[in-house]
Amino acid sequence: MSDDYRKVVQEIVAKFGKDRKRLMDIARAVHAKTGHISEEIVGAIADALGCHRVEVRDMTSFYAFFSREPKGATTIRLCNAVVERMKGMDAVANAFEETLGIRFGETTPDGLISLEYTPCIGMSDQAPAALVNGKVLTNIRPEDVKSIVDAVRSGKLHDGGIVSVKSVESNLQQAGPVIFAPFERGAGIRKALSMSPEDVINEMNKARVRGRGGAGFPLAMKWSFCRKAEGEAHYVVCNGDEGEPGTFKDRVILTECPDLMFEGMTIAGYAVGAKQGFFYLRGEYEYLLPYLEQVLAKRRRMGLLGENVCGAEGFDFDIRIQMGAGAYICGEESALIESLEGKRGAPRDRPPFPVQKGYLDRPTSVNNVETLCCAARIMEHGAEWFSSMGTKDSTGTKLLSISGDCQAPGVYEVEYGITVEKVLEMVGATDAQAVQIGGPSGQCIAPKDFGRSICFEDLPTGGSTIIFGKDRDLLACMESFLEFFVEESCGWCAPCRAGTTFLKMQFEKLLQGRGTREDLKKLEETANTVKFMSRCGLGQTAPNPVLTTLRNFPALYEARIQPDDFIPAFDLKEALKEACSITGQKPHDVEV
Amino acid sequence: MAKPLVATAPFTGCFGCHMSLLDIDERILDLVELVEFDKSPINDIKTFTRPVDVGLLEGGISNDENYEQLKLFRKHCKILISVGQCAITGGVPACRNTVPLKECLEEAYLNGPTVVDGGVLPNDPDIPILLDKVYPCHEVVKIDYFLPGCPPSADTLWAALTALLTGKDVGLPYELIKYD
Ligand SMILES: Cc1cc2nc3c(=O)[nH]c(=O)nc-3n(C[C@H](O)[C@H](O)[C@H](O)COP(=O)(O)O)c2cc1C
Ligand code: SF4
Repeated sequence: MSDDYRKVVQEIVAKFGKDRKRLMDIARAVHAKTGHISEEIVGAIADALGCHRVEVRDMTSFYAFFSREPKGATTIRLCNAVVERMKGMDAVANAFEETLGIRFGETTPDGLISLEYTPCIGMSDQAPAALVNGKVLTNIRPEDVKSIVDAVRSGKLHDGGIVSVKSVESNLQQAGPVIFAPFERGAGIRKALSMSPEDVINEMNKARVRGRGGAGFPLAMKWSFCRKAEGEAHYVVCNGDEGEPGTFKDRVILTECPDLMFEGMTIAGYAVGAKQGFFYLRGEYEYLLPYLEQVLAKRRRMGLLGENVCGAEGFDFDIRIQMGAGAYICGEESALIESLEGKRGAPRDRPPFPVQKGYLDRPTSVNNVETLCCAARIMEHGAEWFSSMGTKDSTGTKLLSISGDCQAPGVYEVEYGITVEKVLEMVGATDAQAVQIGGPSGQCIAPKDFGRSICFEDLPTGGSTIIFGKDRDLLACMESFLEFFVEESCGWCAPCRAGTTFLKMQFEKLLQGRGTREDLKKLEETANTVKFMSRCGLGQTAPNPVLTTLRNFPALYEARIQPDDFIPAFDLKEALKEACSITGQKPHDVEV
Repeated sequence: MAKPLVATAPFTGCFGCHMSLLDIDERILDLVELVEFDKSPINDIKTFTRPVDVGLLEGGISNDENYEQLKLFRKHCKILISVGQCAITGGVPACRNTVPLKECLEEAYLNGPTVVDGGVLPNDPDIPILLDKVYPCHEVVKIDYFLPGCPPSADTLWAALTALLTGKDVGLPYELIKYD
């Protein structure tokens, strides 16, 4: 290894105080300088940190944004989420391959540009989209590709050098009273500080506010468990990993009103007795980082963060932003905490739950971005105001990230209880054959269910809402979801690691029209095994694209299965081709 | 009534499942009372002589000979059981599935540490031709039952065979299919 690398590594490790827990930041910083993290760089980081190289390799090999081999100076990551495919990703991909003369997964011979695919980057409302060294390009058309490549080659991409391609639009389509109403910095905090922490929690209890990140756990209960749990220190984490394909509502919050979220985190800190908060931001949203840091700096200047927040003697609280590096599983709270500790994002066994043993095994409350915004508003306007909206078990409003076949994709703040029908009307979707509620890990529903309502009692959702028009090949869309889970499984437990791959293979066979009734039965068995045997929420929901379409769209499957008793999954001639071309042998006559 | 006929096949495995079958100890005498063996490496009968009731399959399918033999088993046996991890998933031999075949062959016959004086890729017309990957049996023919294990213990094999041959339910108790 050139000594330059070693020096770069040592400087970066020193900058992060030789703190093993900061390995995410260290690896990100090193990668930004060297473009890859080879075995030698792994060794250099380990030496500088004084830990074993296996720890560093274990961690850096996990995240999609860390490459082990040198890549091009610029990596173009084209998003291949289902909505991008619906909106013409293939043509854009072809244009990139043609313009650059390389395939996806390759680097140009001059070492300048690598092409890769990446799962949903939170831009489904502006698809197709791509990440280019941290910058987000949206609404890409095939004819834009040449100017993108030229801008990358001439180094102008980051000075707004391309005219034809858009950057991210906020795309807030409908503001509601809770998240996107006008807001005065510090109002919620001052109100909270005028009460005891217990009363703050009690206010959340009265508001009956539930987590917006997916599971819908009551916020007051989580804060109360965390407050009561014993530990050297308590922590607050805001989960901004937003990795569920088709969701981008946190992006809009972070663009429109990050202050509200930081306010919520500060109130959480007061309620659970924490001095330190972490905001975990997915690597794909790095473009938001400078702005968020500015907002934090301003809040510090205004006395809304730091020592004696808002002049309250003894309440010190500050927030650090932790960037992720491309891993959906890091949205799972215990995996997120592992990542925050500088490790690979593998979920922990539960119990103990994070509220008992979270960051550094100390009580930690993890909440979604939107949940914490709700908390700030509840402080400001009171529980009664909040719980007057929505339904009995789902109070307040919900942000929906709506994409796919509709006229006005974007983020909508709606009251809980709204029917799917109303939602479709609102976004101008006239010919939906299906709606994916809650993303791939949620459910795919048919028109017969469009009268149902969005709330925890009926159709729970983290917000991702993907509309499939009548001409879409719905099962092909489900296949793309299955592929997502294959890629994103952390690999810890066999039912998910191997099961998601089996599921995809079996599904493909059916899709190719080579499946039998027996195969269909096996598919459902495999799906249930993965669902019930997997260790964490990822594996437990990964078969939902199959299970919910089997339930709601049985005719689509019936149309593809064959009457035969058995159809093999492989073809002898094909399977022999490779060996024959290598050794020059001629296929034998097989007599059966 | 004539004794049921059993045949066994060694495909791409390690013979461990066959060893496990022999491991039923003196119960092999009971088994011989119960069944008769047709084509099997245990008795060295090389070809099917008549229709067989149960075929036990060890190993995955890695070359055209395996393929042909498996098809023969399907043709002659009423019931086929995939026995052990290699038959069911490809097992250890399927580790090569993640490496391109060309690299595997070159490592084994040209570049490996035990190769002396160059070496050649085996290409005699008489030897079986490798498939691109190692396949589990059920991707090639219809399989009726699966007996997991690496190898399935003698008790598991015994319980499954006797249940099947005496017309009982083949449901196996948890202890016999739990492996951790
Ligand atoms: C695979 C997986 C991914 C998840 N991704 C996210 C995410 O991106 N954002 C989020 O807030 N919660 C996510 N969750 C849920 C979190 O584990 C956790 O329940 C949530 O952050 C708690 O916040 P809440 O109570 O405010 O909803 C995910 C869970 C799983 C199993
Ligand atoms: S279910 Fe999947 S993601 Fe979760 S621990 Fe198991 S392998 Fe990892």
